[in-house]
Amino acid sequence: MSSILPPAKRIWWKEPVEKLEVWWIVIAFLWALVLFFMMPYWHVFGKQNLSNEAYRISAAQFQQKTQEMVDKYTVRTETELNIPVVQPPAGSDVYLIARLWQWWPILELEKDKTYRLHLSAMDYQHGFSLQPENINLQVVPDYEMVVTITPNKTGSFAIVCNEYCGIGHHQMVSRMYVK
Amino acid sequence: MAMTDSFRIDPRSGLQYHKQAETLIKVNAVAGVVFLLLGGILALLVSLTRVPGLHILDAERFYMVLTAHGLDMLIFWLLFFEVAILYFCSSTLLRSRLATPRWAWLAFALMVIGAITTNVAIFQGQSSVMMTSYTPMQAHPAFYLGLILFAVGGLIACFIFLGTLVVAKAEKTYEGSVPLVTFGALTAAIIAIFTIASGAIILIPTFLWSIGYIQHIDPLMYRVIWWGLGHSSQQVNVAAHISVWYAVGAIVFGAKPMSEKVSRTAFLLYILFLQLASAHHLLSDPGLSSEWKILNTSYFMYFAVLASMLHGLTVPGAMEVAQRKKGYTRGLYEWLRKAPWSNPVFSSIFLSIIGFGFLGGISGVMMGTEQLNMLIHNTIYVPGHFHATVVIGTTLAFMGLTYFLIPSLFSRDVSFYKIAQWQPYVFSIGMYGLALTLMGAGTLGVPRRHWDIGFSGMPLPYEFPGAAYLMMTLMGVFAVIAFIGGGMYILVTVWSILFGKRLDEGQRQPKPTPLRLPVAEAIEGHGGGAGLLEARGTFTLALVFLGAFVLYYFINWKYLGSVWGIN
Repeated sequence: MSSILPPAKRIWWKEPVEKLEVWWIVIAFLWALVLFFMMPYWHVFGKQNLSNEAYRISAAQFQQKTQEMVDKYTVRTETELNIPVVQPPAGSDVYLIARLWQWWPILELEKDKTYRLHLSAMDYQHGFSLQPENINLQVVPDYEMVVTITPNKTGSFAIVCNEYCGIGHHQMVSRMYVK
Repeated sequence: MAMTDSFRIDPRSGLQYHKQAETLIKVNAVAGVVFLLLGGILALLVSLTRVPGLHILDAERFYMVLTAHGLDMLIFWLLFFEVAILYFCSSTLLRSRLATPRWAWLAFALMVIGAITTNVAIFQGQSSVMMTSYTPMQAHPAFYLGLILFAVGGLIACFIFLGTLVVAKAEKTYEGSVPLVTFGALTAAIIAIFTIASGAIILIPTFLWSIGYIQHIDPLMYRVIWWGLGHSSQQVNVAAHISVWYAVGAIVFGAKPMSEKVSRTAFLLYILFLQLASAHHLLSDPGLSSEWKILNTSYFMYFAVLASMLHGLTVPGAMEVAQRKKGYTRGLYEWLRKAPWSNPVFSSIFLSIIGFGFLGGISGVMMGTEQLNMLIHNTIYVPGHFHATVVIGTTLAFMGLTYFLIPSLFSRDVSFYKIAQWQPYVFSIGMYGLALTLMGAGTLGVPRRHWDIGFSGMPLPYEFPGAAYLMMTLMGVFAVIAFIGGGMYILVTVWSILFGKRLDEGQRQPKPTPLRLPVAEAIEGHGGGAGLLEARGTFTLALVFLGAFVLYYFINWKYLGSVWGIN
């Protein structure tokens, strides 16, 4: 009798299960429960949970909101493209545009302060990848995702695009500063 | 009808092949291997381009080749071979004629036309949209049309499989329940139907959008439904390759399932819960609630992980029990030491089981955890994971099965047997190494689908850590080794089928000899439950696996706890 032949016993479902197999089922099931409960546990006790806050938005509306923030809080510009560096007050709403093939503007935040980061894409899908922290979020056009972030380290961080967005995808890299 | 419906009994394996099914199994398997060859050449180009400093393709060609590599491997190679497996598990294992062979030829034609159409669309250069083809990025209409044709063909093949089960039952070609391996194939077919339906629901409107009949495809809706195709198709692979694991256990060792009940229940859990894993790709997306993510990504309480852990015990466990019955009873591992390591059918499968569990399984659960996903989403860790599941798990298992099918199905001797013996090891060194280095680089943040992580010429570049560059360089070395291993497989397979020594095809007869239960029982001797603790070697290995799993899982939570606060 083997796995490529019909079961030898017609009533195979009444055959006893070996003890070791039963033990393994019990162990694996308990581990599965641990895996399951870690997620709600982290929602209660952990500090890194993706928010559920998201809105439908058009590219133009998002562009406008970002522009308003840039007009108010720009402190300087960087690179030949004159990308504005924005220093919004702690606790405020900050906006970041993903578009072909640029992140716009550059945000300058304060350590241990909390910001509501709004993310959306103008054209294709993009991937927000904060390095070297290695926090990665999907950025989807028509949707505005809001995540509350609390930088816990200072320095210059990179934002890499890690969702393929066309021929210039690998040139889509920017900065975020934390003071 | 006597001519067309003739049956052949293979003198080596005792399997009965229905003539038309036999031809269809052959053409589907061969078509799969052709796409494996194409995908393999593309794989070398992709991986060498990603080695820092090499860039053997320019960016535009790289994205084009990467799109083709993904589809040729993940969809075309695997599904062609799986259709062959479906026909084998229904017609051959149940000793039945294949239902509606003409429709099976239509299915094959559609799949071939579809696969070629999509490839042509990609290589013409206007469809470098990656396998996922996320909207609003648009490919040439032929890209979607090819996939739709291929899917229709696949769907027909699934129904032919189901039809053959009905025929076999009605014509009483077997008694009792279908074999476990056929049950596993049924699981794969059911998941495949769900998969193809999801594909149709999203790709047909996307096709209409690409030719201008539909104005807008919501990008988030696209992602949700597309992954019903994208991830579920990989679950078809899982169900199929686990069936192959069980089949090889039976072929090489005469192993019987430790418990029919447990193994079949585990397959049933796949049908019920495995597809929920599509949500794994949406964990870092906007607009989906945490409750939805937790429920789905956990396969509802991790019942599908439980099922995989059961198969992980029972497949090698059944081999152990069979080996112990042959007298390899000393210590915990004599059965394993004395296993036929120079038989490529066995070595492929064992390396597939270990790699799928330790590398693919553990990493998959980690990245499929709602919050932990943020650490690796869209990094090259993801390809690292699925090269462990799909290449080590599925492709290697299919390679192992091929070494059995060459004499049994094609009635040819395996040519260059020495090369065949080494092939699983060479390929495994390459693929294990590739999967591990990709995961290592992903942990350090290296993005997937990215031509130049050096950001040369950019005003605000980022320099990845030196270790990331080291990982990507090693990845290139392992990719070359894997490519050589894959080439050895192609050489042995193609040469054997075309020029291999012909073997005795066995008798032909107009009607199948049905499977009757008392016969099977006589082979067995005595029933199950021969002794408790018989699979204790496997059990200890399973505990080692669990230890690695627990450790790696909590290391990642600790890492997550150290990054910026997010909520």
